[in-house]
Amino acid sequence: MDGIADMGGTHGWGPVHPPQRDEPVFAEDWQRKAFALAILSGRAANGGINTDAFRHALERLDRAHYIDDGYFGRWLNAGELMLTERAVLAPGAVEARARNLRGEHVPEPPVTEPVRPHYAPTAEGSLRSLDAAPAFGVGQRVRARDVSVPGHTRLPGYVRGHTGVVEIIQPAHVLPDTNAHFLGENPQYVYSVWFDSYELWGAGAEPFTVTVDMYESYLEATA
Amino acid sequence: MTTTGGSERSPSVALRTEALEQLLTERGLIDPKAMDAIITRYETSVGPLNGAKVVARAWTDPDYRRRLLEDGTASIKELGFSGQQGEHIVVVENTPTTHNVVVCTLCSCYPWPVLGLPPSWYKDPAYRARVVREPRTVLAEMGLTLDDDVQIIVRDSTSEVRWLVLPERPPGTERLTEEELVPLITRDAMVGVAKVATP
Repeated sequence: MDGIADMGGTHGWGPVHPPQRDEPVFAEDWQRKAFALAILSGRAANGGINTDAFRHALERLDRAHYIDDGYFGRWLNAGELMLTERAVLAPGAVEARARNLRGEHVPEPPVTEPVRPHYAPTAEGSLRSLDAAPAFGVGQRVRARDVSVPGHTRLPGYVRGHTGVVEIIQPAHVLPDTNAHFLGENPQYVYSVWFDSYELWGAGAEPFTVTVDMYESYLEATA
Repeated sequence: MTTTGGSERSPSVALRTEALEQLLTERGLIDPKAMDAIITRYETSVGPLNGAKVVARAWTDPDYRRRLLEDGTASIKELGFSGQQGEHIVVVENTPTTHNVVVCTLCSCYPWPVLGLPPSWYKDPAYRARVVREPRTVLAEMGLTLDDDVQIIVRDSTSEVRWLVLPERPPGTERLTEEELVPLITRDAMVGVAKVATP
């Protein structure tokens, strides 16, 4: 989907922040738990780990919940979104409990009956083996499809419609576009494709190359 | 957000974290031990020291270096590092003429088994947005100025493939042992926003 998470090439973010020496893994105490809770929330919501569903929850957060709460905050928010969508939590349950924790007296919504997806991964993780040969070869020119899909995809906006060259054929992986929606694994080869900066950003760009790792169905052959 | 009387101010993310933990624990949906195990793994067990050991081995053992560049995942696993967000790791080499730098423009994908959780600059929208558009400028802002004739290759981690940069071994370290090299190798050099400095 075309959401706030698809940031490649977008403007308006200001300067980068140079690395700090000895930065702690978790700058604030709550971030430890938010990180672990997000991972465990995925399992509680979906009955198993589905990283694609988690990323789709992340990219559907509004700007405040994605940006303002920071990285671990958005993880927590995505976990809550999945739990609420699966009726593991009632809408507003976390907010009500948080208010009560700070001394307010608000009613908490009744416990709901979860409606979990049918989810049966064929193996752990995302790597799968395929009998079919890869559709594209190393050195072949390919075009990233110029499509905008409402659901989850890992085809970033900034390469859509642009032409590149296959650098590496990576092993087959579960397709995020269907797996995120519990519509099947549909494993596909992944291709690391070189894009020239002038192709992506025009003649005034800095000279460099970007490689983007793309599932086979994101690509089409080109002359 | 619901307005249920009392303060209109939404609870802080810290309070919401505590609330979610309570709700899930009360209903037996999470095991506090599993939570502690995740936190301990990523706060203390897994971090850039793992990647530094891989790089130091590659710098001192030409056969290992060759295998690492051919099959990153298997060679890294030889040193005991594998797991979530490291199912398939590709190692690319920085040289005096080629400079690789890694990003994830879509979220913040990062090779956890060798580098731990990503640092704040890697997760920052400015880095995610800009390094695929003006990497030379971004690297300079981060303190790494590359010569004009160095070819920059940005690796956008848009799939489950994870990228690790094998930095250049700095001059003046020829006599150092593998163990002595390890502490010189920084996380930032293994992502490609810095070089390893001569001690």
